[in-house]
Amino acid sequence: MEIFSNILIYFVIVPLLTLAGLALCRNKGIGAIRTVAVIGASALMVLAIALVAIFLQERGAGNEAEMLLTGSWTWYEPLNIKLSLGVDGVSVVMILLSAFIVFAGVFASWKMDPLPKQFFLWFFLLSTGVFGFFISIDLFTMFMFYEVALIPMYLLIGVWGSGNKNYSAMKLTLMLMGGSAFLMLGILGIYFHSSADGNLTMNVLEIAKNNAIPENWQLFLFPMTFVGFGVLGAMFPFHTWSPDGHASAPTAVSMLHAGVLMKLGGYGCFRIAIYLMPFAASELSWIFLTLTGISIVYGAFSACVQTDLKYINAYSSVSHCGMVLFAILMFNQTAMTGAVLQMLSHGLMTALFFALIGMIYGRTHTRDIRDMGGMMHIMPFLGVGYVIAGLASLGLPGLSGFVAEMTIFIGSYENTDVFRRVLTILGTSSIVITAVYILRVVGKLLFGAVQNEHHRQLTDANWFERLSTTTLMLSVAIIGCFPNFFVDIIRDSFVPVVKALNEFFPVAGI
Amino acid sequence: MDYSQFLIMPQEIGLLVVFLLVFLYDTFMPERCQKALPVCTTALFALYTVFSFLPVQPGTAFAGMFESSDATWAMKAILNLGMLLVLLQSVKWANSEFVAVRRGEFYELLLLTLFGMFLMISARNLLIFYIGLETASLPLAALAAFEKHHYESHEAAAKYMFTAIFSSAILLLGISFVYGMAGSFDYSELATALVDKKSALLIASVAFVIAGVGFKLSLVPFHLWTADVYQGAPTAVTSYLSVISKGSAAFAFLVMMVQIFGAVYADVWKWMLYAVIILTITIGNLFAVRQRNLKRFLAFSSISQAGYIMLGIVAANTLGMTSMMYYILVYIFSNLGAFAVIAVIERQANKVTIDDYNGLFKTNPWLAFTMMIAMFSLAGIPPFAGFFSKFFVFAGALKTGDTAIYILVLIALINTIISLYYYLLVVKAMFIRQDDCVIPTLKSHWTERTGMILCSLGIILIGLVSCIYSMLNSAAEASSNLFALI
Repeated sequence: MEIFSNILIYFVIVPLLTLAGLALCRNKGIGAIRTVAVIGASALMVLAIALVAIFLQERGAGNEAEMLLTGSWTWYEPLNIKLSLGVDGVSVVMILLSAFIVFAGVFASWKMDPLPKQFFLWFFLLSTGVFGFFISIDLFTMFMFYEVALIPMYLLIGVWGSGNKNYSAMKLTLMLMGGSAFLMLGILGIYFHSSADGNLTMNVLEIAKNNAIPENWQLFLFPMTFVGFGVLGAMFPFHTWSPDGHASAPTAVSMLHAGVLMKLGGYGCFRIAIYLMPFAASELSWIFLTLTGISIVYGAFSACVQTDLKYINAYSSVSHCGMVLFAILMFNQTAMTGAVLQMLSHGLMTALFFALIGMIYGRTHTRDIRDMGGMMHIMPFLGVGYVIAGLASLGLPGLSGFVAEMTIFIGSYENTDVFRRVLTILGTSSIVITAVYILRVVGKLLFGAVQNEHHRQLTDANWFERLSTTTLMLSVAIIGCFPNFFVDIIRDSFVPVVKALNEFFPVAGI
Repeated sequence: MDYSQFLIMPQEIGLLVVFLLVFLYDTFMPERCQKALPVCTTALFALYTVFSFLPVQPGTAFAGMFESSDATWAMKAILNLGMLLVLLQSVKWANSEFVAVRRGEFYELLLLTLFGMFLMISARNLLIFYIGLETASLPLAALAAFEKHHYESHEAAAKYMFTAIFSSAILLLGISFVYGMAGSFDYSELATALVDKKSALLIASVAFVIAGVGFKLSLVPFHLWTADVYQGAPTAVTSYLSVISKGSAAFAFLVMMVQIFGAVYADVWKWMLYAVIILTITIGNLFAVRQRNLKRFLAFSSISQAGYIMLGIVAANTLGMTSMMYYILVYIFSNLGAFAVIAVIERQANKVTIDDYNGLFKTNPWLAFTMMIAMFSLAGIPPFAGFFSKFFVFAGALKTGDTAIYILVLIALINTIISLYYYLLVVKAMFIRQDDCVIPTLKSHWTERTGMILCSLGIILIGLVSCIYSMLNSAAEASSNLFALI
């Protein structure tokens, strides 16, 4: 079969095989379950690295096609729905990021209890959806995988979560599915206007080439798709699922959710909403820029007053993910490259944060910073990890956050109109606010006086926790020190979208 | 009379043969063999189902009163599949204490109603349509009363009977108006006669026809009987009512409306259907949220599902027709999967409320799994078949290109979120509340297990295997002349 000669399809097949392997394990056979999960996650990691190598090789050989490794197989013939695969630089780094986080997530849930088998089943179903979304370039398959990635969250939070989990799980599911209801209408609308001569298509590249969506329809469909994905990207005022969801979710799920799932939102906004409807994007960008600008500042301020470690990070995610959408809406290559770097950086850093918080919570059984202190003496490894994650978050040079935020704000400031410049300046203020809440937590949690004498007996991280966090810390540092490697992969992918936008909007730097 | 015209109705004749064999078995076999009647009927029907997939010769018979086409063939095959699943889940129940003496009648009546539905689907004349409708409804009232020792069963039967008669009367009124205007019962003659007769009388007759069939489909505001009947009737009958009866009525309705009133689609009945669909989906959903009894819960959920089925009618194109048939197929598998679980639990543990299902996953993981994928499929979550069917009915509706239909679809989509909420409540009870399990570990009969396995396979595979949709599409394309008037 021709389809199996395309490496991309294995990003779906491997998680599905892992699912099958897990289904064969006995409920109590924790060893077998762990083995299967680790094999699946490692295979994905190897595949992702191989994909990056293949991608660089192809580009190095002078293949300038917009999408590489493309392939298309008819699925639903009456509606011209195909299983179309293809990747550009953005999808490649997103796949790499997902593979990293899935790998780290498996180790972070090493001692999952109860029902470890069911946990990993849902976990890998979610991964299937995530990878499937990033490899496909057909609206229908993208949307299908998108929803496949959403629904396992309900059970992952509901069964294995903590705190007010029933409420959070239901709120998260309904809000995200509400977004995807708008998205479905948007996608169908795009489909029925995808071509002027009646050959309707779901393929993103063909729709962009046809450029046939009438302008008045764009004005209707763009908000549908942008809000649909924006809900998942935690755009103000649709972000309220995020803090509750993160706070109740088990560690690995928080990692996967903040690390990967929220990126689907940003990626979808760019790939579907802006790329296919450039006219409406330039007409309506001021509304969404304002909203994302509010996300950035509001998220950061909210994080300052929280006392629960997970809530702090959830609000900080709102702020950082807002920056992703904000940068995409700035419509130039530099800012958009920064957006992808920010997705990478935020994904790894937040995953690291949630992993550490999970480990601390597993020992102290509290996440309230007022009840903790002096952790640096008690568990130095976790403490150092927390400081590294925090410094990455507030944008210290040498770590990933600095690279991403610098690129975003430089790119944003390249726009010459006053509105965008003012917003950029306001957005930049979030860097200061981030420093406030990060340093507050670090000071209280790690360096303050020990609040509870029982905490003195706690132990530091064990081997699988160290493995999980070290992977993430190294990646944060690698992105910070060698950003050019990633920028080179990403940057050229934005040429088509920027060109399309330039018809309606004076793009800076072109 | 030319007897060869019977050859174009092999599915009906096969069904009658099954019916006669069951009847003979029931009447003449000695008492000791009667216990095997349910299994024998099911096996016989399974054979017949396979046979009913053989392609039929398209054509008309009996002076154009009966038409057989690829679309009717496909629809009848779908209904046969559903009927087989209903029979599988009723075997054990039919041999239970109070029902056993009358099990023969149960199967005979059930097969007869199916015959009536086949007539409705193939009718090209309002009289045949009406006869089919009555043949389909009256035995169902008797079936609803089948658990004689239950008070609720009586109530269900009485309610069903009254509504059936009332809706028939309304339908007849509509039909007689039409006859008064055009002087014919034949679909094609009516269509030509009514082309330029846009009058108040025509509007009234369309409204009466919609109302009459609306009772069968339990569309809002004609739905008030649904919950009580579903709750009171035996579970096998409820599942039959909710899928087979609904599916056949929807298809027959589509064929009749576009053929007779196609010319006035945009002016008259499109807007009526819009209003009815919005009401049906929204009210069905809002009432379902508050139900604690699972059978009532599924009654309201099936009301809102009927609204989604109607989207295929509003589309009035071949894509809509394909999507509607596909939706009905998927709906049969999903809803019957849920009812199969309910039937097993009700028969052995006598529990039907959502709270009783708390922690079901701990004691009966496979039942909980079947129920979960049935709920996800009904809610339209991928990779289960319900996602595909929802997507396709929306696509069919939007293909009309009407701006107003975007609003309709948006309302329907927002409603899927409400429906997701209450379907998740069931999943939550089974998986998340694991502390208080009141249902012990149950052992289901092999027929019930077969039914549930078939339903689960259907839910998982129908969407992923695209050739089913393509097959239905070519069947609908072959009947595209149905939409000549639109």
